[in-house]
Amino acid sequence: MHSPVVTTGRDLRLDLFRGLALWLIFLDHIPSNAVSWVTIRNYGFSDATEIFIFISGYTAAFVYGKEMRERGFTVAGARILRRAWQIYVAHVFLFAIYMAEISYVATSFENPLYAEEMNALEFLKQPDVTIIQALLLKFKPANMDVLPLYIVLLILFPAALWLLLRAPTVALGASVLLYAVMWQFNLNLPAYPEGVWYFNPFAWQLLFVFGAWCALGGATRLGPLLHSRVTIWAAIAYLLFAFCITMTWYFPRLAYFVPHWLEWLIYPIDKTNLDVLRFAHFLALAALTVRFVPRTWPMLNSRIFYPAILCGQHSLEIFCLGVFLAFAAHFAMVEISGAVWMQVVISVLGILIMSATAGLMTWYKRVEERKPGSRPKRSDADLAGGEA
Amino acid sequence: MRAPLAAIAVVLALSGSALAQQQPRACAVPDYLLFSDYQLKHAYDAVKQQRRLNIAVVGTGSSALAGPDGPRSAYPARLEAALNQKLSGVAVKVVTLVRSRQTAEDLAKGMDKLLLDEKPDLVIWQTGTIDAIRRLDPDMFKLALDEGVDRLHKGRADVVLMNMQYSPRTESMITLGPYADTMRVVAQQQEVPLFDRLGIMRYWSDHGAFDLYAAGKDNVLAQRVHDCIGRLIASLIIDAGRLQEFAVKAGQ
Repeated sequence: MHSPVVTTGRDLRLDLFRGLALWLIFLDHIPSNAVSWVTIRNYGFSDATEIFIFISGYTAAFVYGKEMRERGFTVAGARILRRAWQIYVAHVFLFAIYMAEISYVATSFENPLYAEEMNALEFLKQPDVTIIQALLLKFKPANMDVLPLYIVLLILFPAALWLLLRAPTVALGASVLLYAVMWQFNLNLPAYPEGVWYFNPFAWQLLFVFGAWCALGGATRLGPLLHSRVTIWAAIAYLLFAFCITMTWYFPRLAYFVPHWLEWLIYPIDKTNLDVLRFAHFLALAALTVRFVPRTWPMLNSRIFYPAILCGQHSLEIFCLGVFLAFAAHFAMVEISGAVWMQVVISVLGILIMSATAGLMTWYKRVEERKPGSRPKRSDADLAGGEA
Repeated sequence: MRAPLAAIAVVLALSGSALAQQQPRACAVPDYLLFSDYQLKHAYDAVKQQRRLNIAVVGTGSSALAGPDGPRSAYPARLEAALNQKLSGVAVKVVTLVRSRQTAEDLAKGMDKLLLDEKPDLVIWQTGTIDAIRRLDPDMFKLALDEGVDRLHKGRADVVLMNMQYSPRTESMITLGPYADTMRVVAQQQEVPLFDRLGIMRYWSDHGAFDLYAAGKDNVLAQRVHDCIGRLIASLIIDAGRLQEFAVKAGQ
């Protein structure tokens, strides 16, 4: 049954692109997945994580900004923190599933070729430390770095939002300043057993705050800039440049054409600290998207995009489901087959499950809202492009 | 991710044959996986002037195999055999310095001593696995690589970097991506060849040459993989060292 879930004032593009980003993150999380060659990270500097964090910042500001204006700092701040708590619980739940998969793999695997790689399982020998460090968000297994970042961003968001509502330019400036200070002094949070957070919150906050700033009027202010021809051509040129550079990673022969000074200038393109080149790549993508996909684009109501929009509207649940499905996919590849056909089947199946789950959640919500005597509908939290 | 790109690679291939020649079929990989722009000058000089080639393999656990056959079957020994077979009248010696659980930083610190003790013309530096397992800061990893390569260059040795193994079963436990990227960048910036073990083994797995998902105590798979790795590094060294002129002609 296809029924548009549109309410007025809602930008379906946010749902659509967040949904697509969730699919891409899922595909990228399945190890050695041939299907992931379709994802954008193979054709430029940035990847779906940037889209996800930016839209999350945008929707968070949209939803909680309205709340903070209408009901004050305390209520909005409390709701943001409750959201952070929900995400923490989701993260711990995923960690339990991860431990189950890893423990199973550890006991069933022995191969002299990989004696060294088995060292990765050493943390299983001291579950006491490992689990506590995981609860402290210091121990984060592979593919489980995004939610801790999101939690930290939300914890700091009440203060950021307060400032964004009063002096948006100052808030954005402060965010840029923090980003610059982070680069200058190498700030990051410590991780366990060693090293630092894979997604440095001091760096990635820039994207989140920038998203929030756009939601609170920044996008309108950027309007003239976004529609100028210079911007469009600069964006296209930059995307082409990024594409060419990316190709040299896959075909070393092409690296010959990259001048040495350029290599020294651009490398390494750091994901942990949200390299400027990655941020710029995201901006270029966003500029072209806003320019060529208008808010009133008729396709936004088409059946083709409906599943992605649904997924984008339940982003936290679908994100977690995606992480779980990626573990399950890896498990299936180990136990059944790792062949390319299997990778295709798993990828398609995963996206179908994500879409069906999102559809089910929409159905639940509609049923609950119709129930007589149910609590009044919360402010647009679930509708402004999914939960924030 | 790279497998479908192989299709584009064929289109893009700037040179004729798609598969590295003279390899047993199972070992064969496309040219783009075994290619370097950068020359091994010290290795060339040693072969040309002294008819010798001293190679040191520095690395961690994945450069060795356990068991009584281990030292003979691991890729350093297979590399030595392959080079001695391919280069006529050249005394090729490969020494192995495997230190398990060492990070790139640990290994980089040992390079001066290595230069003194072994006087290698060429060092194959296998690293990255332990750094990825311990999730060390990629920036620090890069610093360590640069430092190690600089020391080796100062000691008049060529360098070939070798990245991690492709290990499908442990992929959801070890994030190799940032470390493999860093090694590629360092190789490019320092102008040293990178032996892309990760890409090569993934190619073998995707194309059914080896079943790298297999589990079991059996050593046969490990030995066959190491034999292929040894042969392919030999090809890379002959190619990057411009050593074809010393190679045994076919049929000789």
